[in-house]
Order: sequence, then C-alpha cells, then structure tokens
Amino acid sequence: MTGAVRALGARSTELITGLGRIAHFAGAVIASLSKPPSRFHFFLRALYNAGVLSAALICLSGFTVGMVLGLQLYTTLARFGAEEGLGAVVGLSLIRELGPVLTGLLVTGRAGSAITAEIGAMKATEQLDGLRMMAIDPVHFVAMPRAIALTVAMPLLNALFITLSFAGAYAIGVTVQGLDGGIYMSGLENAVRFGEDVGQSLIKSLVFGLLLGLIATYKGHACAPDSAGVARATTSTVVTASVCILIADYMITALWGV
Amino acid sequence: MAFGQRQVFSDLNCRLQRGGTHLLLGGSGVGKSMLLRMIGGLQRPDSGEVLVGGHSLAERTEEELWQIRMRIGMLFQNGALLDAMTVFENVGLPLREHTKSSEEEIRERVAIVLNAVGLEGVESLRPRELSGGMLRRVAFARAIVREPEILLCDEPFSGLDPLNVSRIEALLMRLHRDLGLTIVMTSHHMASSLRMADQMILLRDGGCVAGTPEAFADSDDSRITEFLGADGRAYLARQSEIQAGSSA
Repeated sequence: MTGAVRALGARSTELITGLGRIAHFAGAVIASLSKPPSRFHFFLRALYNAGVLSAALICLSGFTVGMVLGLQLYTTLARFGAEEGLGAVVGLSLIRELGPVLTGLLVTGRAGSAITAEIGAMKATEQLDGLRMMAIDPVHFVAMPRAIALTVAMPLLNALFITLSFAGAYAIGVTVQGLDGGIYMSGLENAVRFGEDVGQSLIKSLVFGLLLGLIATYKGHACAPDSAGVARATTSTVVTASVCILIADYMITALWGV
Repeated sequence: MAFGQRQVFSDLNCRLQRGGTHLLLGGSGVGKSMLLRMIGGLQRPDSGEVLVGGHSLAERTEEELWQIRMRIGMLFQNGALLDAMTVFENVGLPLREHTKSSEEEIRERVAIVLNAVGLEGVESLRPRELSGGMLRRVAFARAIVREPEILLCDEPFSGLDPLNVSRIEALLMRLHRDLGLTIVMTSHHMASSLRMADQMILLRDGGCVAGTPEAFADSDDSRITEFLGADGRAYLARQSEIQAGSSA
C-alpha cells in the first residue's frame, strides 16, 4: 500500500515537473519571437518542410475523406428523402470538426514527427551543444522557426483539406449519385456561416498548430541523445500531440457554444 | 560529478594557465570530454565550481554563459557541424551571428580559415558530403574563425592523415604563439600532443595529477608511471630534451 502511494506520488511529481518543463520551454519559444535576429529565412525553410511537403498528403486525404462522406451521407440522407442536404452536412461537419482535427492529426504524423526526429538527431550529434558553444540560443535558432511554421502552416493546410474534401463529396454526390450540382453548392453556401463556422475552424487549426509546434520541438530538445531516445521522442510527439489536439478540439467546441 | 549512476569526478581540483597548452590525459571514460564540456559550461558540476577568467560558471544562467562562450571556441569529437547547412554557412555562422561583418568579409574570412586547415573549394558542400578528416577540419575552422581566447579541442587529430595532423598542429601552435590562445585538448595522438603541451593533466580515480611534461617524465607517482609506461616516459624525456635544445 505504501509502495503504491509512493509510486503514485512519484508519477504525479514527474507529470507536474514535465508540464512545468513544457511550459518553461513554451515561454522561451514565445519570448524568443521578439529577439533579434528574425531568422525569417529559417522560418520560410521550416514552412516549406512542414507546409508544402505536407500538401500532397493533405490533398489526397482531403479528397478521399470527401468522397467517403459524399457516399455515406448521400446514402443515409436518401433514406429520408433529404439528399438535398448533402452540401450543408458535408460543409458543417468538415469546416467545424473534421477539417481541423484530421488535418491536425495528419500534420502531426507527417511534419510533427519529422521535426522531433530532426531536432533529436541534432541533439544526439551534439549540434545543439555546438550552437550553445557558439553563444547561439538553440531555442531561437532551431525551435522557434519550426514552431511558428507549424502554427502558420496548419490553417493553410486545413483550408486545403476542406476544399479538397468538398471536391471529393461533390464528385461522389453529384457526378456519381446524380444530385444536382446547384443544390449541393447552394446547400453548402446557405449552411456555412463565415464568422461562426470558418472562424471556429481557423481558431482550432491555429491552436492545433501551436500545440503541435511546441510539443514537437520540446520533445526533440528534451530527448535522450541516442537513437533509442530519438525514436521514443518521435513516438511521444505523435501520441501527445494527437491527444492534445483531440482535447483542445473538445474544449474549443464547448467554449464556442457549438 | 556523476554521469547517470556513475561518479566520474569526486575530487577534481586543477588550474589551467592563461595562454597555456594543456593536454588532458587518461583512460577511456575518466571524464576528459566531460571536463571540456564543464569548462565550456555545457555541463554543470553537481558540487564545486568551474571558474573561467575568474567567473564562476555554476552561478550563471544560460544567457549569462553566452558572454563567456563568445571567448571560447570548441572542437567537438564528432565535429557537431549543422548538417542542414553548407560548409560556408557552418564556418561563417559565428561571424554572421556575432559580428557586423559584411557578406564579402565573411566570405573572405571563411576562405582564409578553410585554407589554413587545408581545404579549398568545399564551401558549397554539406557535412554529409565530406570525409571524416575533412569534416573535422571544417569543424576546426569553425572553432577558430572568430579567433577565440580559449580553444577546447576534443581529439583534434583523430581521423586525420599524417599531413593534416602536421598542418593542424602547426596551425594550433601558430595561434597559440601569435594570439596567446589558451588550448585545452584531449588527444590520443601522443606525438603531436606532447610536442605542443606545456602542461599535462592526468585524470584518474575521480581526481587529477597535473604537471609539465618534464615533471611527468621524471615523476615517481605510480598513477603517472602506470599510465605512461616506460616507453611513454622515455618519449616525454626525449621531447623535453629536444625542446630544451631548440629553445637554447
């Protein structure tokens, strides 16, 4: 019994210490935003790696998800004679929930894990220590441009995902199932409110991007400096960021008032 | 100072002279690289303190350490070059970050230091495109590009061919002579290191024994005699005689 309480206490202390370290790291990343030099070209390189290189995956996934939604929803709505509502249902579900969450999870797997692995490898090969010895802050030089790049890339990729999903749903609902294209588009247009729905989608993807950016860079900086440590940190980034994205999604939805 | 569960230093007390060339000796795992990292402020001792130029490193924040590190160059054992950057970007990085040098001046200075380490036309290559010896020489060029006051070298001659060992040795001695560079190095390349060193520090049993090469050659201390062996001591004595002859 005493052992169990002691173990629980140790795990709790470990968890709180870990949260404190992440908060401290997040503070350092955000504080480094205002420090010169701007490292704009590093940001652009990181944006290319996180954003442009993820675009193909996002397009393919978005179109496929749209096709599945188009097929499933059309069939279900047709049972109630409400297939005209396809555009509205697809639009709302994608813009409010599926778009930001699925984009967040896909970018976590594609770019977040890559960033952790890259920074972890830099740590294992003493590149971060090399920077410190040159009096260069690794948080400012390595973490900040990547964290900000993910924050900026996420809403753009989200928009891409949603657009391609609309196209996928259109392809199935209109081209294959025979729904009128005008009805699909007008249903979509009437149901989606720009400030409410698109705003919520944008806020969610910004928050997910920031969370992923901080988690991915922190895990890379904090990993054990060997190949097993880098592998653990990469896995941990995917798990932690995915869970955080899902929790944050619920919280934003609840706070927004649905 | 402990590394995980293993205690590396228990009673380490040594003093390094400004402008001196110090050779850290000891078997594998005695903490030679760790001591270099402690001098650079990359690792803090669990107890005790490390003073650089009279400033205690243990009490300083990471930001405060940068001021001290501006005076230090460090050559890591595996080079620690940034693999996303070219050779030119790597070597020019300290100049770009800490000086107001123009692009032209940076390019010129990088070419000078690369030439000094025997490399030409490699500016646009990335570290993965270099051989081990070239990589170490690029790392060496980066460590000296800002003419630091203190140079920490972890195995500076490792992986180099004899020609480049001589080249790096001559360069180190020239920097030491012309700029008063303080050098602290670990090396298993005994010939070059013994030619350069004016102080030797043998790390052993959690502590250290320090002295000049002559003192090491004549010493009866069992820790020194065991580590160097008869051949090592004879070599040291011969080197000391040669140096005494050349200075006379």
